[in-house]
Amino acid sequence: MGFLASNYVLTAKNLCGVRGERLLFEKLNFELSNGSVLYLEGANGSGKTTLLRTLCGLSKPYAGAISWCNENISELAEEYSKYVLYIGHLPGIKEDLTALENLQFSLALSGEKFNFTEATEVLKLLDLAKGLNLPTRMLSQGQKRRVALARLWLQDLPLWVLDEPFTALDADATSLLKQKIEAFASAGGMVVMTTHQEVSIKVPKFEQLRLDA
Amino acid sequence: MPKELSTFSVLYRILARDIKVALRRQSDVMAVFFFFIIAASLFPLGSSADPKLLSAMAPSVLWVTALLSCMLSLSRMYSSDHADGTLEQMMLSNQPTVLVVLMKILAHWVLSGLPLVFVAPLIGLQFNLSSAELQLLAISLLMGTLTLSLIGSIGAALTLGVHGTGVLIAILVLPLYIPVLVFGAGAVNAVSIGMNPNGALSLLGTVLAMALVFAPLGSAAALKIALE
Amino acid sequence: MKNMETKTGINWLQINWLRYASPKTFYPLAGKLIPWCATCAVLLIVYGLYLGLFVAPTDFQQGEGYRIIFVHVPAAWFSMFLYLLMAMYAGLGLVLNARLSYMMATAIAPTGAMFTLVALVTGSLWGKPMWGAWWVWDARLTSELILLFLYIGYFSLQAAIDDKNRADKASAVLALVGAINVPIIYFSVKWWNTLHQGASVSLMNAPAMAAVMLKGMLIMAIGFWLYSIAVILVRVRCEIVERDSKTTMFRQD
Repeated sequence: MGFLASNYVLTAKNLCGVRGERLLFEKLNFELSNGSVLYLEGANGSGKTTLLRTLCGLSKPYAGAISWCNENISELAEEYSKYVLYIGHLPGIKEDLTALENLQFSLALSGEKFNFTEATEVLKLLDLAKGLNLPTRMLSQGQKRRVALARLWLQDLPLWVLDEPFTALDADATSLLKQKIEAFASAGGMVVMTTHQEVSIKVPKFEQLRLDA
Repeated sequence: MPKELSTFSVLYRILARDIKVALRRQSDVMAVFFFFIIAASLFPLGSSADPKLLSAMAPSVLWVTALLSCMLSLSRMYSSDHADGTLEQMMLSNQPTVLVVLMKILAHWVLSGLPLVFVAPLIGLQFNLSSAELQLLAISLLMGTLTLSLIGSIGAALTLGVHGTGVLIAILVLPLYIPVLVFGAGAVNAVSIGMNPNGALSLLGTVLAMALVFAPLGSAAALKIALE
Repeated sequence: MKNMETKTGINWLQINWLRYASPKTFYPLAGKLIPWCATCAVLLIVYGLYLGLFVAPTDFQQGEGYRIIFVHVPAAWFSMFLYLLMAMYAGLGLVLNARLSYMMATAIAPTGAMFTLVALVTGSLWGKPMWGAWWVWDARLTSELILLFLYIGYFSLQAAIDDKNRADKASAVLALVGAINVPIIYFSVKWWNTLHQGASVSLMNAPAMAAVMLKGMLIMAIGFWLYSIAVILVRVRCEIVERDSKTTMFRQD
């Protein structure tokens, strides 16, 4: 993988998050480097999604700063997006397009070329071989989720920000994803994720952060 | 795997995707088109079939109807992408949001403004317009509808995810549409009364140029606010 | 709040001006200003009306009817001026991310809309005897009407968004877009008016301006200005109280 050659650091300093008029979290500090997996925990409404959206640059922090390799991400703007793969609560899948078309578009957004055979292989791996040429509208919730997650296999970005990636996945897909995250981390990638499922991810640099503590 | 796509091809993909999605859901595009035809046909029924009266009111009727048709489809401009999460992904693309927004605007124009440029002269025939007037109608709509999509994009972005979006967009955007209407319909009217339409057209062009500069900036800012 | 670090001996540089940008310190300051502004506003408006209604000479062409300009013209000035002021505060809010700026913009809007409405009503009241119709598509009146639409858009957007933070920012963007558009709209309406040979009598250039009339109008304008300040400050104070009750959790002073 291309990014292995470089060392990356994601730093959050004194982060404070607000939704509407409510304070969600304050004075959060953490630092992630190559190979780190950060597990966000907390009850519903504790601000996990807000924090994830802040980390990938969609929301501005109410106070505090996030920096990527010592540069503030709000100054990096779209330059920072070249490093981040965000899969949010919504799958980011257009229902009128097929799985392959969706993936092609996702890759294009980060400026990556699309390899048709590679993408087909990944979709087959994720047990989506039958739905390749159907509009994703025809797929089930879990299948749509898998189409979105296929980006993890196809894109080459050093930071993954995943909001509830295990939701709606069956046992097979869950273990595939778990292995993929472990492999990614041991190859030097960074992951920030939330989940309600009991999934134990075994990597050396594993950290947990409780938001409602 | 090195980054391989140029800015141009990324932007092209965004535009092409919107058009592809719209072509798979043709009913949305056709609805705007038919609205224009039906609404324009109501005016003679509401007044009279007197050819003189019809040709006198045609520029304003066709322009106002075109303006309303463009406005009707504004609420869809970002909302479906917002609902399925693809808008977030576009905001996180490696291209500046302003350019991404410009592509969304262009797609909207191609799908809802541009068809009117071709159909409006046909409806104009029903209103007894001369060929010079029909020509000016098409030219002014060509420039004007793009301006409408540009300005409308700001309204669509500001009201993203707000309930009662359709009517709200109309209230926000219609006053801003006035200069486009004045110069667009004015160009056609100028021909009707035997004046040179170039003045009106160049003013319309000025408004278009300003909208091209400011509207993507405003829409990008509004989208960031909406997604925060 | 950062202190301004200046080594100069001048006293006023050491006053922390930014302190007044915080709602908490602005609140009592505004409270002190309101009675003064309100009193002066009442006195000036009464004096201005006296000048306009009794002292100024009768116009030989328009008779007594023209006297409505002492309300109409200053109201029209302020409808426009307050929109631009609102947009300025909105822009300031977006740049500095200052809550007080947004509150100011929000507070200015109703007063601006009121002046727009006053200008429209007085304009059409004047139009009846002059033009023989309650409404004439005169460039100035039409522009006022569109300005009212812009204010309505601003209110509607603010009312439609539940999240206060987002409502502030979104309506600020709208105010700025509107402010860029105001001159274009004004020009386009004027252009349209000349193309269609609209009403040629205008409220402003009809009577020859006597010195006493200009004086009356200026005094009315200053009175309106002080009135606006007083009302806007009252509204900002309400806004501060309303928001503070919800956000005491993270007040950072």
